[in-house]
Amino acid sequence: MKDSGYTIIVKGLVTQNPVLVLTLGMCPTLATTTSALNGMSMGLATLLVLLGSNIVVSLLKNIISDKIRIPAYVVVIATFVSVIDMLIHANFPALHESLGIFIPLIVVNCIVLGRAEAFASKNNVFRSALDGLAMGLGFTLALTLLGVIRELLGSGKIFGLVIYSEHYGALLFVLAPGAFITLGFLISFLNKLKKTLTLKGNKNHL
Amino acid sequence: MTYILIFISAVFVNNIVFSQFLGICPLLGVSRKINTALGMTAAVAFVLTLSTIFTYTVQKLVLQPFHVEFLRTITFVLIIASLVQLVEIVLKKVSHSIYHALGIYLPLITTNCVILGVALLVVKGDFNLIESVVFAISTAIGFGMALVIFAGIREQLSLLKLPKSMDGIPTALIAAGLLAMAFMGFAGIVK
Repeated sequence: MKDSGYTIIVKGLVTQNPVLVLTLGMCPTLATTTSALNGMSMGLATLLVLLGSNIVVSLLKNIISDKIRIPAYVVVIATFVSVIDMLIHANFPALHESLGIFIPLIVVNCIVLGRAEAFASKNNVFRSALDGLAMGLGFTLALTLLGVIRELLGSGKIFGLVIYSEHYGALLFVLAPGAFITLGFLISFLNKLKKTLTLKGNKNHL
Repeated sequence: MTYILIFISAVFVNNIVFSQFLGICPLLGVSRKINTALGMTAAVAFVLTLSTIFTYTVQKLVLQPFHVEFLRTITFVLIIASLVQLVEIVLKKVSHSIYHALGIYLPLITTNCVILGVALLVVKGDFNLIESVVFAISTAIGFGMALVIFAGIREQLSLLKLPKSMDGIPTALIAAGLLAMAFMGFAGIVK
């Protein structure tokens, strides 16, 4: 069962969105989305790691013995994470400060290892790269969306652009509880939306 | 006094789950029953304490003297992964009852961000060895407390009739949000 390139992209972005549908990688999702910019940066960092690790794992899939594949994948992923960590540290020190330990923690993000194991170890380089890109974009999309909602409700801004006065913002949404509550309502809203669309006879299963 | 402050800070004020956002996967995954929550907590406490001692030692004796701190992520991940394997093998030989109690939770711990997170926080906070161990144990207790409270809430939630789109993960997340709000009440006790 081989998916076409188009299907891979749709799966990563929508039907199997890592955060909103599969609910993987919850920790960075909740922790780094205090603002739209932080959420998007975290998403992009993960995208780069995912792309790199998927390409390398799929290149090495015939060399790595089956028994030690998980540690081998982890080393590949950790290498890319270190590279990204240093790149962010050198170029965007402020961002590095605000994302904190969540950059090295990309290593234990289940999406990255999950895609290496479930997709890259069985597919060729091109398809694995596409899958990494699609899943990474899906992750970035979800994090940016969550960041936009939290920043707007919490401080009245989107990407630092003032929409309404900060006095009317509910600080709660920038703090820890707001992360859980926003994500909970976002997922339930998407569930509802999916159900409504299915009821309308839109049954083109992807 | 420092140890008591570290303890209170890690358990209540900066609870690893509700204010640091680490270990959300097990929070959502194994918190349907109080028993599984306790099993997971025991496994995490065990591995967390050991891994903190190991990563601390490697950080102080290898990474810092040789100025290879950029290898920290890779080294820590490898230490944790091999430690989990080792613990599994040793427990299997030594104590069959503990092995069976913790069995299924052990492999899951490798991808649990609490372990790596605490190892990195220890480096960031510049703790000494005893402070690190106290911090690791307190974090495990905080994690366990969060998991058990949450499992209790979810056991009750599963009896309710909820709208279909809210069932499962969304309700769990919102309940976790309310719980996080309760934990915010501790803010300011320890800076």
